[in-house]
Amino acid sequence: MVSARSASVTPGSLAPSDFPWIIEHKEERCTLCGQCTAVCPKGAIHLAHMRKRIPQLEVFSKKRGNDYKTFTGLRQATDPAKSCIGCGMCSMVCPNDAIGPVPGTGENRTVFFDNRKGEPLKRGGRRNVSGPTLLDRIVFNRISMLTDPALDAGRHEFTTTTTLGRILSPEDFLERTINGGWIPPTREIFPFIIGSMSFGALSPNMWLGLLQGVAYCNEVLGIPVVMCTGEGGCPPWVLRSPYLKYIILQIASGYFGWDEIIRAIPEMQCDPAAIEIKYGQGAKPGDGGLLMWFKVSKLIARLRGVPEGVDLPSPPVHQTLYSIEESVMKMIQTLSTAFTHKVPVYPKISASTSAKSVLNNLVRNPYAAGLLIDGIDGGTGAAYNVSMDATGHPIASCIRDCYLDLAAQGKQNEIPIFAAGGIGKNGNVAQNGMALMMLGASGVHIGKYIMQAAAGCLGNEKNRCNVCNVGICPKGITSQNPKLYRRLDPDKVAERVADVFMSINTEMKKIMAPLGRSQSLPVGMSDAIGIGDKAAAERLQIDYVC
Amino acid sequence: MCRLALKTANEPFSPYEVLSAMEAMKEGYDGSGLGLLLRGIEFEDFKYNPRFPILSGIAHTEKAWQRVKDYMEHRDYELKYDHRFAMKPELIEAEDRFRYFLRAYRMPPKFRDMSDEEREDELLHARLALRKLATEEDNITVFSLYPDVVMIKEVGWPLQIGDALCLHDGQVKSRVCMAQGRQNTNYGINLYACHPFFIQGISTMTNGENTAFIPIKDWLVGKNIPGYIGYQSDSEVFTHILHYTLKKLKLPLQAYKHIMTPLSKAELAHHPQKEFLTGLREVCKRLIIDGPNAVIGTLPDETCLLVMDQKKLRPATVGGREGAWAIASEICGVDAMIPDRDPSFDFQPMREHTVIIPPDRKELEIWSQHDPLPLPQAA
Repeated sequence: MVSARSASVTPGSLAPSDFPWIIEHKEERCTLCGQCTAVCPKGAIHLAHMRKRIPQLEVFSKKRGNDYKTFTGLRQATDPAKSCIGCGMCSMVCPNDAIGPVPGTGENRTVFFDNRKGEPLKRGGRRNVSGPTLLDRIVFNRISMLTDPALDAGRHEFTTTTTLGRILSPEDFLERTINGGWIPPTREIFPFIIGSMSFGALSPNMWLGLLQGVAYCNEVLGIPVVMCTGEGGCPPWVLRSPYLKYIILQIASGYFGWDEIIRAIPEMQCDPAAIEIKYGQGAKPGDGGLLMWFKVSKLIARLRGVPEGVDLPSPPVHQTLYSIEESVMKMIQTLSTAFTHKVPVYPKISASTSAKSVLNNLVRNPYAAGLLIDGIDGGTGAAYNVSMDATGHPIASCIRDCYLDLAAQGKQNEIPIFAAGGIGKNGNVAQNGMALMMLGASGVHIGKYIMQAAAGCLGNEKNRCNVCNVGICPKGITSQNPKLYRRLDPDKVAERVADVFMSINTEMKKIMAPLGRSQSLPVGMSDAIGIGDKAAAERLQIDYVC
Repeated sequence: MCRLALKTANEPFSPYEVLSAMEAMKEGYDGSGLGLLLRGIEFEDFKYNPRFPILSGIAHTEKAWQRVKDYMEHRDYELKYDHRFAMKPELIEAEDRFRYFLRAYRMPPKFRDMSDEEREDELLHARLALRKLATEEDNITVFSLYPDVVMIKEVGWPLQIGDALCLHDGQVKSRVCMAQGRQNTNYGINLYACHPFFIQGISTMTNGENTAFIPIKDWLVGKNIPGYIGYQSDSEVFTHILHYTLKKLKLPLQAYKHIMTPLSKAELAHHPQKEFLTGLREVCKRLIIDGPNAVIGTLPDETCLLVMDQKKLRPATVGGREGAWAIASEICGVDAMIPDRDPSFDFQPMREHTVIIPPDRKELEIWSQHDPLPLPQAA
């Protein structure tokens, strides 16, 4: 037995096998070039000098003794703060395929130590629930085939756009047309919207790449994609550029960047696509935005009008919030007025059992341009782990309830509902989005999918990476450290954005054509979908198929 | 696929003529049903006043028949004429058909001085109430209650049904007759699923499937407008969209096409009323159909119409001469109805067209969506 003093045993002492990700290192292939240790965002691996004893027993000379050999090897840190996140950058840079993380098969014991210094775990990313989602399991089963010929996705014309903005009832529209009343502004947009990710949460290169890609989609490909800024303002040059029309400006409870936006209004060349008022977020309902100090660089501090290097937690509610009427009605009206009633203004809330009451309030607010509902599978740049894992409401049934509620009032065309939260989390972005539209959404917001598809975000549902909050994004997507974000080429991101939207556009047609739909988006076409889960089918009022 | 035929003529003619056209197009349907609408009615044995509403339907049992009669009496309708078909019941497939009725009434006295709108509302409500009288044992099917309109629907082959009701003997004639063969079998056999569909004098029948049915139906039902019920067929929404366009929005007939199959953004950019039509497209977005469809209809003033869906995958031809016009799914159908016409003037509308046969039946009006909408006030 070794004496206790010779091994360091503290409550936090863990063996490498206790970690969620274990570095597999093939010493025989390693050239000790040190690239892996240099690139590791967590400092989870280090080169170490080690000594090896080689017992010497020479039987015939009856001598005993030891030989010692020193060598340089690679070790995984066993400090939970330096826990490997499985990003795999080490294997990406290794010239000899000598190293890489593998998921730990044992118990992940770091979960018991991620609250050190009394601070619960905060992280970025997602809820970490792997496997097919409910949306993945929905099939499009109403095929026009013999009753009527299916359409040809490659040859027929398809309408693959949706409307963002308050739409009047036909009666009101005619009445106002005749009498010269106000017709609320609307935008005809692509129904897959790049969801709100702030300038601050995202690196400047990522943001620029997205914007370039969005502009290309609109101006060259003719796909009217729009993106939302998130709560962090918008770079001043963008506010004064003709690209502003592709941007939804978000205002949230921290009001970050709005000083800059308001100042820019007189100099704007065009109106923004819309204004999104964030009241809630699916990943962390009831919690405000959070930009941790690591990411508040000089540039971000300048944009947001705050000092450098301080945490920026937004309050959970808007300061003006007194009641739903106060908050929603007045704020929407105020923002609509700020943009002379020419820009749609809509709120974003987290999915919840109370979403319907917000919606019903919006129905009575003539300035409300829609409602965005963000489900529990939504992503975030930074949140408390417990909020992300355990708080929220799945998106599908929330959207369905809201749609059916509107339909019962004949108002489903008047207030478009947009859905967010986990769309494409397993890669099936067009299928997930179209399923939600058939449940009643007018469009969907995608965030994590875009980061993964356009910039190669490494995060996944097995808690890989998910360190967006601390600014060490190994791909440079969510970092404000130039050394990291220089890794990301905005042109390449833009190219991928174009790839992604071209492909979604084609997949949408491939979904719509067999259903015999081409003239308008199949919003609420619930007869076209089915699911092999009786309870879900009943809850969503769609077909149970088996 | 089903087959449609419509004939409109200055001189009343027998519905059997239209059934002959259906027979000519026999290859296109499966004999699962016939729907007939007659307008501009002439009865052989009664001088009919076209202001009298006619109740058309089927009482499936004696009890049901009694219930219909009692209800109308109770609602203060005065019976003026009760048409009895010379029947050959053995030709009817179904067994629970006690009585096919066509009964002309004088409206209750309190409606005498009321506006047409109020009278029409009353007729609609009375028809809906009659529909509700049906019970499982004593079924009642009511097709229409409206001045100068007769409707007949039955399961079976069109000509056979015509023979069963002896429609060839000139008991009933009309200036407009539309017929459809085959029910919408996508959604099960049901007399109410049989075209043409009818609401307040407006009637349409459709060829083809409407894949946008559920969202359109959900929207129409949500409007809570009396009479927007049924939907046993995906084609019933075409009738209600036309009703909504004309009666609720009070837009001209031409707007029907702009609501069901609006022009695309690129096409609208060149339209003289692009702003209005873009707005109309948006506010009526939930009424955009997704064919292939050919929609044929008639209005209370005996106007007849034909419109296509945007993809134009369903055939329909219109042909005729001054005083008599026919619309049919196939040219052989038009031939059967109006053989003495110049077929070189036959017209097959394209996706942007609405063919309108005005009540004077002098010439066809072929209206294109790219033409200005006759809408002086709004535009």
